[in-house]
Amino acid sequence: MLKLESCTVTNSSFTLRADLQINRGARVAILGPSGSGKSTLLEAIAGFRDVSSGRILWKKSDWTDLAPGQRSVAMLFQDGNLFPHLTAAQNVGLGLRPTTRLSKAEQDTVDTALTRVGLPDMGARKPSELSGGQQSRVALARALVQQRDILLLDEPFAALGPALKVEMLDLVAELVMETKTTLLMVSHDPEDARRISKQAVLVADGTAHAPTGTETLFANPPAALRDYLG
Amino acid sequence: MKHLIFAAGLLGATSAFADTPELTVYTYDSFVSDWGPGPQVEAAFEATCGCDLKLVGVEDGAALLARVRLEGANTDADIVLGLDTNLVTAARDTGLFVPHAVEANFTLPVDWADDTFVPYDWGYFAFVHNADAAAPANFKALADSNTKIVIQDPRSSTPGLGLLMWIKAAYGDEASMIWDALSDNVVTVTKGWSEAYGLFLEGEADMVLSYTTSPAYHLIAEEDASKAAAPFEEGHYMQVEVAAKLASTNESDLADQFLNFMVTDAFQSIIPTTNWMYPAVTPASGLPEGFETLITPEKSLLLSPEDAAAVRDAALDEWLTALSR
Amino acid sequence: MADRAQPLSAWPGRTAAIGVAVLILGTLCAVALRAEAGRGLGPSDWAALRFTVLQATISAVLSVALAVPVARALARRRFPGRRILIALLGAPFILPVIVAILGLLQIFGRSGWVSQVFLSLGLPPLQIYGLHGVVLAHVFFNLPLATRLILQSWQEIPAEQFRLAAQLNLGASAMFRLIEWPVLRHSCPGALAVVFAICLTSFAVALTLGGGPRATTIELAIFQAFRFDYDLGRAALLSGVQLILTAGAALLALRLSRGGGIGTGLDRSLKRWDSHHISAKLADVAWIMLAALFLLMPLSAITLSGVAGLLSLPDAVLSATLISMAVALASTAILLALALPMAAAVALGRGAMIEMSGILGLAASPLVIGTGLFIVLRPVADPFAWALPVTALVNAVMALPFALRILVPQARAVVTRYSRLSLSLDMTGWQFTTIVLLPRMRAQISFAAGLAAALSMGDLGVIALFADPDIATLPLQIYRLMGAYRMQDAAAAALLLLILSMGLFWLLDRGGRHHAET
Repeated sequence: MLKLESCTVTNSSFTLRADLQINRGARVAILGPSGSGKSTLLEAIAGFRDVSSGRILWKKSDWTDLAPGQRSVAMLFQDGNLFPHLTAAQNVGLGLRPTTRLSKAEQDTVDTALTRVGLPDMGARKPSELSGGQQSRVALARALVQQRDILLLDEPFAALGPALKVEMLDLVAELVMETKTTLLMVSHDPEDARRISKQAVLVADGTAHAPTGTETLFANPPAALRDYLG
Repeated sequence: MKHLIFAAGLLGATSAFADTPELTVYTYDSFVSDWGPGPQVEAAFEATCGCDLKLVGVEDGAALLARVRLEGANTDADIVLGLDTNLVTAARDTGLFVPHAVEANFTLPVDWADDTFVPYDWGYFAFVHNADAAAPANFKALADSNTKIVIQDPRSSTPGLGLLMWIKAAYGDEASMIWDALSDNVVTVTKGWSEAYGLFLEGEADMVLSYTTSPAYHLIAEEDASKAAAPFEEGHYMQVEVAAKLASTNESDLADQFLNFMVTDAFQSIIPTTNWMYPAVTPASGLPEGFETLITPEKSLLLSPEDAAAVRDAALDEWLTALSR
Repeated sequence: MADRAQPLSAWPGRTAAIGVAVLILGTLCAVALRAEAGRGLGPSDWAALRFTVLQATISAVLSVALAVPVARALARRRFPGRRILIALLGAPFILPVIVAILGLLQIFGRSGWVSQVFLSLGLPPLQIYGLHGVVLAHVFFNLPLATRLILQSWQEIPAEQFRLAAQLNLGASAMFRLIEWPVLRHSCPGALAVVFAICLTSFAVALTLGGGPRATTIELAIFQAFRFDYDLGRAALLSGVQLILTAGAALLALRLSRGGGIGTGLDRSLKRWDSHHISAKLADVAWIMLAALFLLMPLSAITLSGVAGLLSLPDAVLSATLISMAVALASTAILLALALPMAAAVALGRGAMIEMSGILGLAASPLVIGTGLFIVLRPVADPFAWALPVTALVNAVMALPFALRILVPQARAVVTRYSRLSLSLDMTGWQFTTIVLLPRMRAQISFAAGLAAALSMGDLGVIALFADPDIATLPLQIYRLMGAYRMQDAAAAALLLLILSMGLFWLLDRGGRHHAET
C-alpha cells in the first residue's frame, strides 16, 4: 500500500498537502484543475521533490528520503522520455541496468518488451526515426522491463491523437494488470479516467484528497471539479 | 609518445653523470639556442674540463638577474653569463657574486677593470638601415628628418635601455629635448629586439635600433650586403656583456676554470658569428671575414655601471614623458 | 532547482575549481610573499590601468558587436568552403603574438598591402599606430573567437523554434526579438567577459600597435615591476588588480546572462526559412566576405612569408614540433579533466564561484603564474624538469575559460532535460556521465578540445621561464630563430605552427563541425 502521511510539498508558488493511501494494484486517476499540483504530487511520490513534512511509505519501507532511482517507481513524463542519441533498444535496456552494453539475456528481455508493446524489429532505430506513438511505446517498454511496483504517468500521451491515446491507455491497462503494477495517472480527460481507473484522487485547493470511486466522483463532483469539468 | 617525450625531458634535465662534476651556467635564451654560441661553447669547454656544462637559458639579461635574485643564495647556478653594464650595479648589490681571478688583455675600446664581472663580448648600438638609403649623421639630424625609426621599450628590452643610455651619455641634461624632437620619428616601440627588427625588415620603418654588427649577419650568413649601420657623430653607446661567479657555487674551481676559458680563443672565436657581437679578446685568428666592412665609431660611449644605475630612472621618466605625448 | 534531486554531484567540479583558484591565487601569493618593500602603485601604474581598461572595453564591445552579424550569416548560409572558413576562424587566436603582429602589419602597416593601395590612389598610407591599432589587432584576435562562441549558441536554438517562426511568418526584426535576442542575451555577456579578460593581459600587441608608451598596459607594468625594478610586491599588486577587474567583468556577465534558458528540441537538422529575402542574403554575404577578408589577409601574409622556407626548416624546429604536440595533447587532457566536471557543476546550478574561478585563468599574468610556480616548485623539485608538465598545466588553465563558455550551455541543457528521466532510471554519477552527459555533449567537447590543443600549440606560456635548452616548444623556437636574425626560418616555423595547430583543431573539432553542419 502506498501511504502519504500528512505530507506537505512546497513548490515555489504553492503548497500541496496530501494525506492518503492507495492500495496495491490499484489504478488511480489524478484529476484536478490546471496548476492544482497534480504533477507535483507525482513528482513527490517519484522523489523529484522533497516533502517538507510528513512521510511517504510503500508497503513497509519509508521512501521519504530515498533517491528517485531507489524507489520502486517507473515514471513517464509529458515529454523527453527517451534519449535521442540512443536506439530504442538501448533506451529500453536502461530500464534493466544503467549501461548501453547488455548481456544476451538482457537483450532478449528488451526484445520481448519491444514486441509486447507492438514494436518488434524497431530496436535499432533512434527516437527521431519513430513516430510519436512509437516513441511512447518504447517508453512503456522500458517501464515494463523496469518491473517497478508503481507506474506514474504524467500525461505522456497528451500529444497523441484520440485514437492513438485510447490505444496506448488500453495497452497500459493491459500491462499493469498483467504485472499487478499500481498505476497513478494524471489526467485532464474524464473519459481517460473512466476508461482505465476505478479510483480517482482529486487535487484542488492545495490538497490531494483521498481516492474515491471514479464514477462516484463524477456523479457528485465537488465544487472545484465541477468548475473544472464545466 | 608524450610519456616518452616527458621522460626524455625529465632525464635531459637531471642527467648529471654520476661522477663527473657539473657546472651550471645561467644565461639568456638566445645564447643557448641552436643558433647561438651555446652548443659550440658547451662542446669546446667539455672537451677540456672533464665536466658536464649545463647551460640554462632564461629569456634575456634582465630576466636572468631576476631569476638569480629569486633563487638567492641557494641558486643552482655556478655562473651567470649575460648581464650588461646596465644590470651590473643591481647584480653587485645583491651580494650574490664573488670576485674573479681572470687575467686577460681585453680588446674593448674602453678600459675595463672590474673585480667581479668579466666581459666576454661587446657591441655598439646603432641604427640599421637599408644601405641604398641615406641615413642621418646624428640624433639632431635624425630628429629634423622624416626618417622613421622603430625602437624597443627600455622597460622590457636591453637595446631599448641602451638607447636611453646612449642619448643620456651623449647629451646629458639635454637628453629630454632630444627625445622630444625624436618623438615624431618613432613609428612605434616594441617589447623586444625581435619585433623591432622584424618590423624594420618588413618596411615599417627606415631604421631600427640594433647593433653595428647586425649588417655582418646579413653579409656573412645571407650574403646580403643591403643592410648598413648609420655612424653617428655623437659616438656610439656600447653594450658590454659580462659573466660572474656566484658565491654559493659548489664548483668554485670549475667556475674559475670556465671564466678563464671564456676569455680564450676557443670561446672568443665562437662569438662573432653566433652572438653577432665583438669578442672581448680578439682571437689570434682575428675577426671573421666581413667584419672589416662594419663601421667603427669614432667615439665609444659607456656610462660606468654606477652612473648607469644612477641615471636610469630619471632617463626612463624623460623617455616616457616625451613619447607619451 | 535546490529542492530537486540531482543525477550528478557537484563536488568534482568544485574540487577542480578550487584547484584552479589555488593555482592562480596561490602563485600570486607566492610572488607577493617574496616581495621586499616596494613603492606600491604610482601614477604611471594608474595610467596603465586606465589605458588597459579603455582598450579592453572597446576591443571587447567591438569584437562581440561584429561577431553577431557574422555568426548570424554563418548560421544561416551554406556555401562551399564554409567548413574551412569556420575552422580558419580559429587561426588568428592561436598564433604566437609576435607572428600575428608581423602578419597584421604586413596588411595594415605603413608599407602594408592596404597602404600600398592607398598610395597608388594618391592617398597617404594608413596610420595604424594608436588606440585604433590596438583595437584593430584585438578584434583580429578575438572576433573569430567571439564568432565561434556565438555561432555555437546559435546552433543550440532548437530547430522547432525556427519552424515555429516560419509558421508565424515572422519578419527579420520579430525573429531577432523573439528567437535570436534571447539566445544572444545569454551568450554575448560571456563572450564579452572572455574577450575583455584576454585584452586585459595584452602587452606586446598593445605596445607595438599602440605606437609607444602611451599604450602601456597593466601587463607591461607587471613586466616592468619584475624585470626593470625587481619589485615583486608591485607585480603581485598589479596582477591582483588584473584579477579583480576580470572577476568584476565575469560577475557582471553572469548577472546579465542569468535567467530563463532556451527551449529544448529533438535532434533535428537546423533549417531556416527566414533567409530568402534578398536584403538578408546581401547582408550575410557582405558580412562573411568582410570578416573573411579581414581575418584571412594577415594569414595569407604569414603563409606567403613562410612558405619559401618550409621545406628547409632546421631540425631543431622539428623536434620542437614534436614536443609542442605532446604538450598540446597533455594540455587538452588536463583541460577536459578540469572543464567537464566544472561545466557539470555549473549546470547543476551552483556555478557562480566555479565560473569565476574558470575565468581567472585568462586574467592571470603568465609571468606571475610562472614565477609563482617557480617559487613554489623550487624547494621540492627541479623546476626545469617540470617545464613541460607545468607548461601543459598552465596552458590548460588559460584555455579553461573558453572551454567553459563552450561546454556550460549544453551541459545545462542536458541536465535540465534529462536529469529526471535519468534519476527515475537510477542513472547517477558515472553512469549518467557516460551514458547521457558525454554523448550529448560530444560536439562541444570536441570543439573545446580542439581549441585547447591549438591554443596550447601556439602559446608561449610559461616555457620561457623554465626552458631547458634541450626542450624548446615550437613558439619558443620561433622566438629563438628571430632572436638569431633568422626571420625567414622563423616565418616558416610560424607557418608550420599555424598548419599544425589548425590540423589539430580540425581533427579534434570534427565532431563539433559535424554538429555545426547539421
